[in-house]
Amino acid sequence: MRKVWDIHGGVHPEENKQQSNQQAISAAGIPEVLVLPLSQHIGAPAEAIVNVGDKVLKGQCIATAKGFVSVPVHASSSGEVIAIEDRVIAHPSGMSAPCIVIKTDQQDQWIEHNGIEDYSSLEKKALLNLIREAGIAGMGGAGFPAAVKLGVRDDQPIDTLIINGTECEPYITADDMLMRERAEQIIEGTKILRHLINPSEATLIGVEDNKPEGIAALQKAAEGTGIEIVSFPTKYPSGGEKQLIQILTDKEVPAGGLPAQVGIVCQNIGSVVAIYRAIKFGEPLISRITTVTGYACEQQKNLEVLLGTPVNYLLQQCGFNPKNCSRLIMGGPMMGFTLENTDVPVVKTTNCILAPTAKEIAPPTPAQACIRCGLCAEACPASLLPQQLYWFARGKEYEKLEEHNLKDCIECGACSFVCPSNIPLVQYYRASKADIRQRDLDAKNAEHAKIRFEARQARIERLEAEKIAKREARKAAAQAKAASASDDKTAKVDAVQAAIERAKAKRAGNTDDKPTRESLEQALASVEKRLASAKEKLAQAQQQNSDKVAAFETGVEKTEAKYQQAKQTLEQFIAANTTKENHQSNTETSADNSNDAAQQAIARAQQKRANKVELSPREKAEQAISSLQKRIEKTQQKLDIAKAENSDKLAIFEDSVKGLQDKLLAAEQELAKLPAAEQTPETVASENPAAKTKTAKQPVAGDDVVQDVIAQAVAKRAAFSSMSDQERLQNAVDSITKRIEKAQDRLAKAQAEGSDNTEILAESIDKLTIKLSDAKAALTEKAQH
Amino acid sequence: MALLKVTSPHATGPMSTQRLMQLVLLATIPGVLALTNYFGWGTLVNIIWACLVAVAAESLALMLRKRPISFYLNDCSALVTAVLIGIALPPYSPWWLIFVGVSFAILIAKHLYGGMGYNPFNPAMVGYVVLLISFPVEMTMWAAPKGAFVGSLPSIADALGALFMGRDSIAAFSIDGITMATPLDVLKQNNSLMVSDIWAQNAQFGHWAGIGWEWVNIAFLGGGLFLLWQRVFTWHAPISMLIALSVMSALFYDGGSSASGGSPLFHLLSGATMFGAFFIVTDPVTSAVSNKGRIIYGASIGILLYLIRVWGNYPDAIAFSVLLMNFSAPLLDYYTRPRTYGHQPAKKPKGGS
Repeated sequence: MRKVWDIHGGVHPEENKQQSNQQAISAAGIPEVLVLPLSQHIGAPAEAIVNVGDKVLKGQCIATAKGFVSVPVHASSSGEVIAIEDRVIAHPSGMSAPCIVIKTDQQDQWIEHNGIEDYSSLEKKALLNLIREAGIAGMGGAGFPAAVKLGVRDDQPIDTLIINGTECEPYITADDMLMRERAEQIIEGTKILRHLINPSEATLIGVEDNKPEGIAALQKAAEGTGIEIVSFPTKYPSGGEKQLIQILTDKEVPAGGLPAQVGIVCQNIGSVVAIYRAIKFGEPLISRITTVTGYACEQQKNLEVLLGTPVNYLLQQCGFNPKNCSRLIMGGPMMGFTLENTDVPVVKTTNCILAPTAKEIAPPTPAQACIRCGLCAEACPASLLPQQLYWFARGKEYEKLEEHNLKDCIECGACSFVCPSNIPLVQYYRASKADIRQRDLDAKNAEHAKIRFEARQARIERLEAEKIAKREARKAAAQAKAASASDDKTAKVDAVQAAIERAKAKRAGNTDDKPTRESLEQALASVEKRLASAKEKLAQAQQQNSDKVAAFETGVEKTEAKYQQAKQTLEQFIAANTTKENHQSNTETSADNSNDAAQQAIARAQQKRANKVELSPREKAEQAISSLQKRIEKTQQKLDIAKAENSDKLAIFEDSVKGLQDKLLAAEQELAKLPAAEQTPETVASENPAAKTKTAKQPVAGDDVVQDVIAQAVAKRAAFSSMSDQERLQNAVDSITKRIEKAQDRLAKAQAEGSDNTEILAESIDKLTIKLSDAKAALTEKAQH
Repeated sequence: MALLKVTSPHATGPMSTQRLMQLVLLATIPGVLALTNYFGWGTLVNIIWACLVAVAAESLALMLRKRPISFYLNDCSALVTAVLIGIALPPYSPWWLIFVGVSFAILIAKHLYGGMGYNPFNPAMVGYVVLLISFPVEMTMWAAPKGAFVGSLPSIADALGALFMGRDSIAAFSIDGITMATPLDVLKQNNSLMVSDIWAQNAQFGHWAGIGWEWVNIAFLGGGLFLLWQRVFTWHAPISMLIALSVMSALFYDGGSSASGGSPLFHLLSGATMFGAFFIVTDPVTSAVSNKGRIIYGASIGILLYLIRVWGNYPDAIAFSVLLMNFSAPLLDYYTRPRTYGHQPAKKPKGGS
């Protein structure tokens, strides 16, 4: 006798197996309609390959496996496909799922199929493929694809092959009857599996000791094969895969792991017979033994049932009396689920239809309070603490549940069975497991979404940065282009640097959108020009007594308004900036800020100068000439048009052409005057940066001024930074006083001339006066300190 | 045809909470008979009165909590509490003493915490301790056992009279020696006599312990073994408690000197040892849940029991020891989780909460 071990916990519910094991297995027959769900196993549902109206033969594949963990479905009998639609399936929730519905023709005509005489000549892969193609899924209850389970990796050596004939659930005798009647097939099937797995130590068939006939039959069939039949004490749930492994080998499957990790492969006895038939005869899995039992049936027996047979067809054959039935169960009384609809078809995992009376299984009683008696912990085969799990499940404490290994619960129902308070413990665990699964899924999704969001954010930032870089580069390029009018490389570099500096300063100061004093002054100048030209035009028009005098007048008015506006903006800007400066002078950071501003100004000035320096007088003159020539051309064109149209403006155009021609002449003369020798030091200077400042002063008169301004600014800045706060304030007061004086002068002038600016000037004087008083107040405050 | 939708498992075991409680009640019978035999009708009267109070208090609490009264009364848990208090209290206690104890146990110790299954402390012991602290005189007036004094035990009428009118008004209780220090008391007060001398000089000592007490304890032991056989509880807590008590008393026996705490046998068969071990320590609601936890729980009670008996202020200490360990039951649960199948080694509890 082989040594067997005990499992923790377990219970001894009333077996009631004698009800159904008194009669030999009989065929259930062919029902009118077969309903074959596409998912009768764990894993991806199969995919239908027949259409409504197709004629099918018995054993014909009607749906193929879709994915690795999946099995095909075959027609259990010949007939016609009448529907492919959702039907209520064998599921605890009573849900519907896609099914292929076959109307049988009662001919039961087989498709052509051939077995393999010598399976040992086949390769492992080919054998596995045959098993897979036969649609075999674990017939013990879970329905895990057999080929997947048998396809162990080479790096996981298997020492023991275990065939599970435990059948620990009460009432069920399908495996028992199979052992009694088809022991040879079981042994032959086991041999095939042994060949496939090649276990290094032993091949065992485990059977509970409450099936002496089955054990005897198996022992007889196994004689001389080396297959050991091991019987062990009856106790629920010895038939659980993990429990059986512990009983036969004292090994434990690691939590979350597979039996192969401890060198074991396990298969149900029913699956073994199916594998035998698939290899030996080429028959796919199209029928199974199902126990129909319970005293609500007149006869309790085991039936060979075609898959897809509706449950009510079987119940009819057994004299089912619904009045006596307390609940209709598919599966055993410990792990089975109730059926609300008897149209549900028998599937690959349906080992029992149980119709007990109220005497056998009493109607459910309300749950009482948990008294922590600990009977559940005594009964748990996984050594969990069910009462604690129940507590946490009720409180929805998912972390605690996981910490207490809820995942290792096999839902055998032993805890609920012993619970004196009738608490549906297993249901709490199922619900909590589902909640945890959902929570994990949500967390995963949230994490996924977060990653995606962050990636998007990073992408946007990157694109933005690229855009800015491009813009800067373009700007720099434009400036460089302007600079490249001469060959002066240094100046180019200067320009680029200046641009970068400007950009930096701009960014640092965040003054992107604010107008600068320069821009305002430019705007003012341009408006002034436009005003002048408009006035000229008006004068001309008046001279010629043209029709357009009125239009010109309004134009002049408008331009004048614009001019005033620009001027005002500029003045306001200046005033505002002065305030800022005053304010800054009171703060610590003022020195730095003004430093930056000064540096910027210097950089700008230097760059301007550089640009100008680049152009020699000759070049300038040449440019001027070319531009004049262009203008003459254009004016000539206009003149021609005017002539053609006999326009009033003819005279004007003629005049302007003349004027331009005069200018051109003068420019040409000037160019001619320029000494040719002057170019030489220029080029030298441009190539020698050290000499640049020296030579640069010579050609352009304005250059000295720029230099002076720079010098002044530098001096001012130096003085400014060296000044004390008080001195700075004093300075500010002095400058404002000066400005007021100047402004008053201008006001006086304006009043004398009757100018429009009087008001603006008066306003600015008011503002300056306010500033002065502020500055004075600040000064006295400082002085007091 | 309406088919039921019920979750698995469909089969249910024979045990029910009601049956568990009934078995406990049944198992107290030998002990109660022994008590009645040696101390008279007092204990029985205590129990009956306590049961009436308990049912009334339970009904009141359920009514206030808007729960179905008969459904909860049927679980018999209130009766168990009442019987345990009735046994623990001295025979011929006045009605108000029992009333206060039982009502406190049911209303405060049980229902205020959420009722059946939610109470962290053993209600019977809470009731007992409240009385012991509040009414020390009444709580230490144990009747002398038959055979330790000359005269006969009070009749049923006397017992009922004592219950409702007090002992002082009943003639049967005026006899000198009707109340007597328990053997545990005597041993505790002793500081000069050898153990053998104590035996010789005091009438209330019998073969192994006090007259009557030794048989009362043996009777409760019998009841406890019956419950163990019926698998109402596991051996872990009671047996480890008895072993711990034996070990402690063996360690400090001191050869029976005047400083001796008493022999192991004396401690096992004195006071409420067996009653406590099988009827109090085994209360599932308030004890640790894992077997390992229950061993620690029981052993700790055994040690505490000895410490308080010999060096504490009270002659007996089941109630205090049990309540102290009720406090630590959640902690024990936390640190004594069994190794789950497939986990090697057992999952260590994480630190913190």
